[in-house]
Amino acid sequence: MAEIWESLKKIDDNRWKLPKSAKAGMLADGIIYADDKLLDDIKKDKALEQVANVAFLPGIVNASLAMPDIHWGYGFPIGGVAATDPDNGGVVSPGGVGFDINCGIRLVRTNLRYNEVKGKVEDLVHALFNAVPAGVGSKGEIRVSEKEEREIMVKGSRWAVANGYGVPADLEATEERGAIAGADPGAVSDRAYERGKAQSGTLGSGNHFLEIQVIDQIYDAEIAREFGLSEGLVTLMIHSGSRGFGYQVCDDYLKVMMRAMRKYNISLPDRQLACAPLDSPEAKQYLSAMRAAANYAWNNRQCLMHLARSAFERALNMSWQKLGMDLIYDVAHNIAKLEKYKINGKEKTLCVHRKGATRAFPPGHPELPPQYQKTGQPVIIPGDMGRNSYLLVGTEKASETFYSTCHGAGRVKSRTAATKAFSAEKLVRDLRGQGIYVMASGRGTIAEEAPLAYKDVNEVVNVVHNAGISKRVCRMRPVGVVKG
Amino acid sequence: MIPYEFIEHTADIGIKVKGDSPQDVFIDAARGMFNIIADTRRIKPKEQIEITQEAQGYDELLRGWLSELLYQFSVSGIVFNEFSIQSLSPDAVKAIAWGERAPGQIKTEIKAVTYHELEFKQTKDGYEARVIFDV
Repeated sequence: MAEIWESLKKIDDNRWKLPKSAKAGMLADGIIYADDKLLDDIKKDKALEQVANVAFLPGIVNASLAMPDIHWGYGFPIGGVAATDPDNGGVVSPGGVGFDINCGIRLVRTNLRYNEVKGKVEDLVHALFNAVPAGVGSKGEIRVSEKEEREIMVKGSRWAVANGYGVPADLEATEERGAIAGADPGAVSDRAYERGKAQSGTLGSGNHFLEIQVIDQIYDAEIAREFGLSEGLVTLMIHSGSRGFGYQVCDDYLKVMMRAMRKYNISLPDRQLACAPLDSPEAKQYLSAMRAAANYAWNNRQCLMHLARSAFERALNMSWQKLGMDLIYDVAHNIAKLEKYKINGKEKTLCVHRKGATRAFPPGHPELPPQYQKTGQPVIIPGDMGRNSYLLVGTEKASETFYSTCHGAGRVKSRTAATKAFSAEKLVRDLRGQGIYVMASGRGTIAEEAPLAYKDVNEVVNVVHNAGISKRVCRMRPVGVVKG
Repeated sequence: MIPYEFIEHTADIGIKVKGDSPQDVFIDAARGMFNIIADTRRIKPKEQIEITQEAQGYDELLRGWLSELLYQFSVSGIVFNEFSIQSLSPDAVKAIAWGERAPGQIKTEIKAVTYHELEFKQTKDGYEARVIFDV
């Protein structure tokens, strides 16, 4: 049997086309952003098959898109983007968002210069580790009542700020200003409440992390200056999502979508892509519940940032304001959103699924806050714990990807293979030798998260930069890591 | 013979389970899942819960069964490793699960049980199933 990658056609150095003819039933082509080297990795697992499967979604517009960090997920590939048109039978698929609804990342700047605080990184890592509950099913100190949980679902980060866990400027620097409209607590099951209630302000486990970094390269000096960033400055990155709350919302609605598929007579090659037409009650309820989970996640990252700021204050004996710990931006990378696009000259509201992909709005986009109107939206791309992470900005060219770009390095080795190949003790020692101090709450996390289990984020970012769908601003390298 | 094996998946973890009967497959799949979550060797049957699930077909029922056990673990912290199935048909399962709260034995967070490549089939030797978890 022919392998699906044999159908690929090279468009240019950073783009490949998977034509509709690659698999019978595809309603659109697949477009994969990758160079020759990354494509070799992509061919190794089932990600391309999944790009083809996504192209079966009713009402898909233009193409099933894949970012250079794509790898085999469930339903959508991780790194997949698809927009659907409600006027053309377009659907929403919970599998195009994932279980960890609004898993995302935020970047915080500081006034600290690395060479001045080098000796304190270990203290800072310990302070973060002690301040932030992490690990499987971790429970937080920020306990909320059921009434407050309902408020969080609607208000998102605004709840945290109103309760003293941050300042209004944090909201301006968060996608959707920390709360997406249209969330309905009534669409959320009691089970999701139950799983979410003790988990506000907790990191989680697996690939969720807090990282102290230092800026080691500036690509766009003007934009970096606008953001208050320069070489040698310390930054803090926070990666987490909607915890058990979001997992339960997705699980609940997958069952609803299974029934909807039969009701609306939709057939797809993977049940994890189960979906319903955007104008159906099932789709509307899912989107209302998904938004509640997204708001839960934004509030969670806001609470995590508050805990991290407090940890820095204790370790360095200075207020976070004096430390200059302002939020640069917070982005969601697992979400579905209704956004406006011009398709064939006509304005359309489309449902854009980003499963392991980041929104990247260009300069001048009406949704951006005033401070980013000139620069474009900050895009935060975490790498693995041994190499780099990036800050980019959105570009007009990204209209070809519904203003979407990559979300990270992308795994290349399975967790089981990584656990077999790497010893956690040796990794911690080696990273220490490179000036990176690591602490983890989970026993297996360090080996699973070994740098070589990931693609090189530098190569991934080169592709999105060279393809023009986002622009490099600066690069960071890790110096202190807390893993879940 | 180990009744289940792990499937290599780039981002997540899957298991393949073989058994003489559907009951065996359901029990070993649950053991496999809790073995990913925790070190279950020293888990004692201190607490019990009753599980009931309905679905259309063994494959969706198996996913529902595992998903229900995962939910019970996530809210109670009980790691389950003994199971007694009282009734099982392609539409419904009723069972009792035993385990204990063992925070020190937890290894990995499973976020959910997916429908991706979900399979339950009869083979010439018995029954075989495949499930992929989101971790």
